[in-house]
Amino acid sequence: MLVLVVDSSTPAVTAAVAEVTADAVALRAERRSVDARAHGELLAPAVREVLAEAGAGPGELTAIVAGLGPGPFTGLRVGLVTAASMGQVLGVPTYGVCSLDALGLAATRGLDASAAPDGEAAGRVLVATDARRREIYWGVYAAGRRVTEPAVDAPAAVAARAAEFAAGAAVGEGAQRYADVLALPVRPEPCFPPADALAALAADRVRAGAPSEPLTPLYLRRPDAVAPTARKPVLP
Amino acid sequence: MTDEPLVLGIETSCDETGIGIVRGHTLLADAIASSVDEHARFGGVVPEVASRAHLEAIVPTMQRALDDAGVSLADIDAIAVTAGPGLAGALLVGVAAAKGYALAAEKPIYGVNHLAAHVAVDTLEHGALPEPAIALLVSGGHSSLLLVDDLAHGVTPLGATIDDAAGEAFDKVARLLGLPFPGGPPIDRAAREGDPEAIAFPRGLTAPKDLAAHRFDFSFSGLKTAVARWVEARQRAGEALPVADVAASFQEAVCDVLTAKAIDACRAQGIGTLVIGGGVAANSRLRALAEQRAEKYGIQVRVPRPKLCTDNGAMVAALGSHLVAAGVAPSRLDLPADSAMPLTIVSV
Ligand SMILES: Nc1ncnc2c1ncn2[C@@H]1O[C@H](COP(=O)(O)OP(=O)(O)OP(=O)(O)O)[C@@H](O)[C@H]1O
Repeated sequence: MLVLVVDSSTPAVTAAVAEVTADAVALRAERRSVDARAHGELLAPAVREVLAEAGAGPGELTAIVAGLGPGPFTGLRVGLVTAASMGQVLGVPTYGVCSLDALGLAATRGLDASAAPDGEAAGRVLVATDARRREIYWGVYAAGRRVTEPAVDAPAAVAARAAEFAAGAAVGEGAQRYADVLALPVRPEPCFPPADALAALAADRVRAGAPSEPLTPLYLRRPDAVAPTARKPVLP
Repeated sequence: MTDEPLVLGIETSCDETGIGIVRGHTLLADAIASSVDEHARFGGVVPEVASRAHLEAIVPTMQRALDDAGVSLADIDAIAVTAGPGLAGALLVGVAAAKGYALAAEKPIYGVNHLAAHVAVDTLEHGALPEPAIALLVSGGHSSLLLVDDLAHGVTPLGATIDDAAGEAFDKVARLLGLPFPGGPPIDRAAREGDPEAIAFPRGLTAPKDLAAHRFDFSFSGLKTAVARWVEARQRAGEALPVADVAASFQEAVCDVLTAKAIDACRAQGIGTLVIGGGVAANSRLRALAEQRAEKYGIQVRVPRPKLCTDNGAMVAALGSHLVAAGVAPSRLDLPADSAMPLTIVSV
């Protein structure tokens, strides 16, 4: 079964075609560009390219998997609306995956070559992506699973929480950016949510033909909106 | 006539998620979802709130448009989407959605100018637009006079507001008078009971010295301040506020300047068609006064019905249909959303 995978929750824009079989997930084509300001321009051509490279027309897709974030709002929505609109046209289900979970899976399950977990506690990894405004989205993972729920906080606060949960290393571009504050060894990879991990996290739903899910972004922050203050008088 | 192009239009430049479907000049569907209620307590549109609402609304609004028109995406010949100008984050949701639809349905995409779409929507009501025409574009974000000699390729700006847009003035004055947001409709309603000559509010950029440099430009910020002063003076004196008279006199000042300059532009260019578009074109006094003044010079006024004046998807579809008919090449799949898209660019 062919699935399209998209994620735009970080400065990386990812599109991939993955093949989900009864017991495995394999990438057939993948495109990743890193440019935080051009998600809207980069994603659609990347989707077209991975489909072409996989030799598949859009009609051959069985499902669409999208990273729900957390991520800075504007870029994140590009991936989700692309997935939702394509799913609507093709009449195939869309499945959401927490983008931090994909990094966590890759970092603690050996999906990625550089991740080498050795025992539950020692294998605990802090996953962090950049939330802008000097904050990071974060979670602690072990053996491919969440130890903490996704959250957004200042790096110093995250450093304290990561110590509390005994994380022994950190991954993600948020961890790289704030490595000095986090005081943990930072592994270079995975840096962005990997497409194979995103697909793996949705594979059971794909196989079961689970009902389509609304792709609700994990914003983790309320919109900036302030009610107007009283109007200033114009008369002296 | 089923050989005319079937075009879908997507609009998300501000707080309305609009999806329209047209065949040639015939409107088949105009589905809209608005987040205006979520913005009302802030007295203006909050960009992030609007963007979040677009993401939630786009798929159900599309379904409604397709059902209303009785077509499927496979039947569509082209997809047009507002690429700008507008709120960057809001535009991006519509543009990304349009690309997803275009990719999956394997259809051409046109990224179009929202303001040109406000002009093109009139073709759904009155058929092909005679060119050249003069367009008066008045909305919450814009107030411009344009020379339209080839809508498929570009329009020539003749003048624009140098400060507030006309719709913005309606919204701000409504707030002064304790009327709800958006202020255009409640002022229009209140004014019907008022005397437009009760208070002599200023007409911006109409003095001879201003006309020399700003013949086709507008200014509404002085008017807004004059209304504020007048209202405050009354309130300080402890007098009741004659809301209907203030609304009528303010509205008269805006409509007087807009129509006088629009007719002047038609006469200066020797053009016999004036098309009015944008949310403020829904104003009943603007429509009546434009008709009345144009008649004197044999100028034909074209204003679409109020629902087509405010932001909607049908206007984007109407412009897309015009572009397809004119043989304009589609946009590329990497087309950007451009929050400051100039009027000289009709499609990217
Ligand atoms: N009957 C009316 N009289 C006067 N103004 C009106 C009326 N109806 C709506 N408006 C005004 O029109 C504006 C809304 O216009 P519109 O829907 O075209 O969109 P916009 O997003 O404000 O601007 P733009 O089209 O430039 O992006 C508001 O300022 C509103 O007060």
